[in-house]
Amino acid sequence: MPYTPELNRLIQKVEKTRPERVERKRRGEEFTPMTLQEREAILKYHPDFKEEGRTEILVGPSRGYRIAKEMVTLLHAKSRLDPDKVPLDKVDFETDVLVVGGGGAGASAALLARENGAKVLIVTKLRLGDANTMMAEGGIQAATKGEKDSPYYHYLDVMGGGHFKNDPELVETLVVEAPKVMGWLEKQGAMFSKFEDGRMKTLHGGGTSRKRMHYAGDITGAEIMRTLRDEVKNHPGDIQILEFSPAVELILNDKGACAGAVLYNLETEEYLVVKAKAVILATGGSGRLHIQDFMTTNHYGATGDGLILGYRAGVPLKFLHTIQYHPTGAVFPEQAEGLLITEKFRGAGANVLNIDGEQFVYEREPRDVEAAAFIRECTERGKGVPTPTGKFGVWLDSPMIDILKGEGTVRREFPGKWILFHRYGIDITKEPMLVFPTLHYQNGGLAINRRTETVVPGLFVAGEASGGVHGENRLMGNSLLDVVVFGRIAGCAAAEYAKSKFKDGALGLDHVRAYNKALDEARVPVDGRVAPMILPDYSNPEVRKKQLTSQYLGTIR
Amino acid sequence: MSKTETKTKTKKKEEPKLVPIHVMGKKYDVPDSLTIQKALEYAGYQLIRGCGCRGGICGACGTVYRFPNSYRIEVGLACQTVVQPDMYIAQIPFFPGNKAVYDIETLPPTGGTIAALYPEIFKCVGCGTCTRSCPMDIDVLGYISKAIQGDVAAVAEQSFDCVMCGLCASRCPAEEVQYNVGILARRLYGRHLAPKAKHVERAVAHLDDETLAKALQELKTKSVDELKKIYKALESEPDMADEYWVPKSKLCVFED
Repeated sequence: MPYTPELNRLIQKVEKTRPERVERKRRGEEFTPMTLQEREAILKYHPDFKEEGRTEILVGPSRGYRIAKEMVTLLHAKSRLDPDKVPLDKVDFETDVLVVGGGGAGASAALLARENGAKVLIVTKLRLGDANTMMAEGGIQAATKGEKDSPYYHYLDVMGGGHFKNDPELVETLVVEAPKVMGWLEKQGAMFSKFEDGRMKTLHGGGTSRKRMHYAGDITGAEIMRTLRDEVKNHPGDIQILEFSPAVELILNDKGACAGAVLYNLETEEYLVVKAKAVILATGGSGRLHIQDFMTTNHYGATGDGLILGYRAGVPLKFLHTIQYHPTGAVFPEQAEGLLITEKFRGAGANVLNIDGEQFVYEREPRDVEAAAFIRECTERGKGVPTPTGKFGVWLDSPMIDILKGEGTVRREFPGKWILFHRYGIDITKEPMLVFPTLHYQNGGLAINRRTETVVPGLFVAGEASGGVHGENRLMGNSLLDVVVFGRIAGCAAAEYAKSKFKDGALGLDHVRAYNKALDEARVPVDGRVAPMILPDYSNPEVRKKQLTSQYLGTIR
Repeated sequence: MSKTETKTKTKKKEEPKLVPIHVMGKKYDVPDSLTIQKALEYAGYQLIRGCGCRGGICGACGTVYRFPNSYRIEVGLACQTVVQPDMYIAQIPFFPGNKAVYDIETLPPTGGTIAALYPEIFKCVGCGTCTRSCPMDIDVLGYISKAIQGDVAAVAEQSFDCVMCGLCASRCPAEEVQYNVGILARRLYGRHLAPKAKHVERAVAHLDDETLAKALQELKTKSVDELKKIYKALESEPDMADEYWVPKSKLCVFED
């Protein structure tokens, strides 16, 4: 829906201040970035700092840890399975490496496991490629321009973004592997945006000291994902793909090693047993938990299933107390609500403005700082722009980009966003976008080391499901990098483990029994809840009320 | 109502205006502001297939629809298309399109490769249904014509926005799988035809530099306060700097 007359009147204020702001940008004069102290001070407006949003985990390896209530609710739920009823002696699938999750990390892991001699089974809840990777727009960071950049600077930026709390070993691995990953993706045929001589184009992102964000138009994640998906499908003899079959529990053997998983066929509703020599959890994030009722940019399947599976198997959680809210999610039109507006718009020069058309924050602060500034503007300062659905947003002045970088830049560099808004009658080359922070990324997850190993032998974790790489806050362009870097490492490590370290044993679900028991002993009010969630429930409650003959456990019958 | 509508700071919300839609022939009344996807959920569906990113990029939710008194089949992505009164809706969450299996590394980046792997492109009758079916407004017929002409680079470029939803293939009388022709061409182009990024190769070669290993080792062992000091003193590449900007400090950078 095009802007309402009321919003059009407010847009005039943006247009009024625009020429002067463009001039300042041309002169290289920026709105003053915050000092480290100012950054720390403004973070009290960030949802992570809302203590009432959190609660304590009462069982398992990270008990005592306070994280988002919505996550704890799932950790405080029982298995979907009755461990006594699963026929573990009847194995439905047997493989060397089981990859749980079909996003960027899972696909990279499968390819590298195969390259290292393993037979692979990828199981995924939705389709191969239905993942947050597909939706990442802005780009992928790597220090590939040696005359001005180096993993050294990338390391510092990652640490600065993560509040210096990141796991240094993981960060070093991330930044040193980054240039190799760019070479590998180019070799896979991913079409990055390049100059005529083949030099890849790069931009700044929030919190970067060098322009090292490589991109493929504004669909970088989709380009990487569809390329990797195509490649995975080119090895039908070595990589088997099982879609709409989420893992609902890991299987450990009597040697204490992870040795498979129980799957749930979403269509036939049967449970299936996979026996594997090594398992890689690449299940992604959890935006669909709608923490603190925030809207989300995440994929339909982002329900944090891997966290539950890994935690029950004994893997501790790290950095899950921080969630990333992307500063710029669409709040208008209603149909586009929650959708990611890539940070690249700000990297390309678009200012952020309040209801008076005034700047109130430098547009390239790290994401948590930027988001907190938006929230303060819309709450405490009361300078948000009201939407017809009763929400508030701030302006992202996209028309500046064409003025600064030449007409046609927005359509060329942001074709996906241009067409999306065009469908709703908004021309983002002429009109600004209305945005507000949206739940975007799970900064933390299951604890791993630099080889993606967990405390459970045979269990590896890669990508958003893991925690430590990004510390308390991830910078733009480091998640696509993370999934490919650690996906590849997990593939290698799991294949090697399957070949040389795996010890066969009887399959069991004792860890599930123990977890259920611990919940009982801690007197956790489980209230019949089961986890993992598998899919969010967006169905109409009025209809649900009338579904009298169905018994629901979580969101799926 | 669905949680995707978000619940941050909801003030007032007007009663929605309901319009009738027909989901696979069954009538439901749904708010007129919803997309087809949210309308299905409003009607009581728990989506399993036919729902992915909910943002128009993953291609999971290809949908066909028709209005009364019209023979014309229209198409769109369920997550992007707003409902209209009286539409008859069915989703195509899966299309069993043919995909060739190949080794991208050894394939010659020529039109002959496309022709050999997808010979059905020559059955194209030029009807343009594919183009009319594309929710991304891609000139599908245009890039298939380029494929027939053997112009790999043009196919790659013109198919770039493809979300591989399969709607073109589902409507094609020549039974082509246009989206798989597109990804093949893009990978051939990206792998073999696009000029190589030599700076990436150089950066990889320099990863083994001792100075880098030493500098990183030092950073890893520094206290947070020391790190903060180095971080604050970092020289930042200006926004408007051109491609060949170089920093003053030459630490860990190289020229060649």
